[in-house]
Amino acid sequence: MNIAVCVKHVPDPNLPMEMDGTRLKRAGVQGVLDPGDEFGVEAALQIKEGHGADVTLVSMGPEASSEALRRGLSMGADRAILVSDGALEGADALATARVLQRAIERTKPDLVVAAVESTDGYTGTMPAALAQFMGWPQVTFATQVEIKDRTLRAHRQTTTGYHVVECELPVMITVTAGINEPRYASFKGIMAAKKKPLERLALADLGLSAVDVRPAQEIVELSKAEEHRSGQVIVDEGEAAGRVAAFLREAKVI
Amino acid sequence: MDFDLADEQHDFVRSLRSFVDDVIRPRAEAWDESHELPLEAVEQMASLGLFGLPFPERYGGSGADFLTLCLAIEEIARVDSSLAITLEAAVSLGAMPIYLFGTEEQKSRWLPPLAAGEALAGFGLTEPGGGSDAGATRTSARLADGHWLINGSKSFITNSGTAITSFVTVTAVTGTRDGDKEISAFIVPTGTAGFQVGKDYRKMGWWHSDTHELSFSDCRVPEDHLLGSKGEGFRNFLRILDDGRIAIAALAVGLAQGCLDESLRYASDRTAFGRPIGSFQGLQFKLADMAMKVELARGAYYRASWLKQQGRPYRKEACMAKLFASESAVDVARDAVQIHGGYGYIEEFPVCRHFRDSKILEIGEGTSEIMRVLIARELGLTGS
Ligand SMILES: Cc1cc2nc3c(=O)[nH]c(=O)nc-3n(C[C@H](O)[C@H](O)[C@H](O)COP(=O)(O)OP(=O)(O)OC[C@H]3O[C@@H](n4cnc5c(N)ncnc54)[C@H](O)[C@@H]3O)c2cc1C
Repeated sequence: MNIAVCVKHVPDPNLPMEMDGTRLKRAGVQGVLDPGDEFGVEAALQIKEGHGADVTLVSMGPEASSEALRRGLSMGADRAILVSDGALEGADALATARVLQRAIERTKPDLVVAAVESTDGYTGTMPAALAQFMGWPQVTFATQVEIKDRTLRAHRQTTTGYHVVECELPVMITVTAGINEPRYASFKGIMAAKKKPLERLALADLGLSAVDVRPAQEIVELSKAEEHRSGQVIVDEGEAAGRVAAFLREAKVI
Repeated sequence: MDFDLADEQHDFVRSLRSFVDDVIRPRAEAWDESHELPLEAVEQMASLGLFGLPFPERYGGSGADFLTLCLAIEEIARVDSSLAITLEAAVSLGAMPIYLFGTEEQKSRWLPPLAAGEALAGFGLTEPGGGSDAGATRTSARLADGHWLINGSKSFITNSGTAITSFVTVTAVTGTRDGDKEISAFIVPTGTAGFQVGKDYRKMGWWHSDTHELSFSDCRVPEDHLLGSKGEGFRNFLRILDDGRIAIAALAVGLAQGCLDESLRYASDRTAFGRPIGSFQGLQFKLADMAMKVELARGAYYRASWLKQQGRPYRKEACMAKLFASESAVDVARDAVQIHGGYGYIEEFPVCRHFRDSKILEIGEGTSEIMRVLIARELGLTGS
């Protein structure tokens, strides 16, 4: 079985984010493998350990993204593909999906894994677009996955619980942060990663040109999200329970 | 000249730092309160291959260099000295003598479980009658019908009494040579008749590391449990101690760095007289000195490791690194408590534990006085 995992190199989310016009500042900022993608890599590795699989990491981004790929390889993935091209600067989710689809197809995958959304852009639209381009079904928000014969069985997170979904391979899945505990790279893993193949591709290698990846959307303006309002403290003077209940009713929670 | 770590060391430190922050930091205080080595922590550290770092892959190791081991010890010591010393003692005192002085048979028998972190081993040199003067060893071993008969006792032996301790290497007098005691080393497996593990000490710090007194009365081990050649025990453990001292320096640097990080954070959060306490020059000077000591001590242990790896003499540098780093760690921990005021005296604040954990660094694996004796000797001074 071949598994492709989409991974992204993002500015370290533990550091304060800086903007560069309408885009996130990336140049000169310490980058990491998107923490959300670690769950996808781990999910693929667990399937590999259970059933045997060849795990390819696929990323689109500048050369620095090789750092994120190396991290995933040191966790245990087998190979990596990095698509880098000057024409991809400022690519939107749709263009990214198109590029990733071409790169992923080369790996003849049975399963494609991605995080629900990236920790920098948070659009959450790339995986759906990728599934569409692949012409595959997608199972989103997976909190548990299992593969038996050629059937995927997943728990899909919902607001009130989870659905159990079954789907024939090939399929595209997106995984949530709760799905597993990503492993830490060991020294041995890091050394092994140095010898694993990392293929670098440009747009032309994928049969695409700059027009195919022209952004279809434009970010016109960015503004800061309103900060969470601080909670309301109810001091118990004998009637706190009633006031909490009233508050919850007002919020339409009960 | 190149002061950068190799890429793989850099990546490893980053991976280890997240491990330490996610897995060790939230539990360090509770583990310390338990006064017991948490085997689940050993298991988790083992899953990262830490216990086999400097050993070749054929023994289940990771094939890393000695500096990489030190980097790991430093990272863990930022947060948890008890686990850092557990790792340091397991690798450089427990497993290293087997790797360096063992026969191929001994290595393939004893090393793989240690490298995997499934077993721990101790190294018993210190005796109730003295640690600094290793020549005063009184424990004896006598060969009788194919077995060594060991008698005596050892004090303060790290990792000697855990549920997964597989053996302790002990030094013992096996005769005299040119009028001096001839000292050899022996592998004594846990559970050997006549080998008694005493109860855990009540220590000032390192509460969740494992330390016991050991006694041997007519303890019999097979003849092939002699480690290294007969009479080479003294020379061999000097070598072990030289390396151990670099590793202890790394541990001291980790502890001091942990204290500095906590203090910088606290100094910017805490206010007095309407200002963050970090804006008072009196504390800024303290923090500057702390940072300076951390960096110089780190440079000293990096250099000693580098000399060792280059195959050049490094005893003087190892002693200097250990001496400077351990005394700096005690200074930095004391200042960190001071910066935290009353809270520094309370266990919920990690600097309180770091302060208790720091003092032993000036004592174990050679006291500060012994470091000075050895440095003076390396300078060609005699008489001491
Ligand atoms: C928690 C802990 C863990 C330990 N783990 C181990 C272990 O795993 N294996 C092991 O073998 N040992 C271990 N030790 C023992 C440790 O290495 C010794 O305590 C140390 O070497 C000092 O020996 P001592 O306690 O006998 O002190 P002594 O040698 O009696 O020294 C007492 C004092 O006299 C000073 N002194 C001695 N000689 C001189 C001199 N020539 N010049 C100037 N001053 C001198 C010393 O510096 C010290 O201040 C451990 C100790 C502790 C507390």
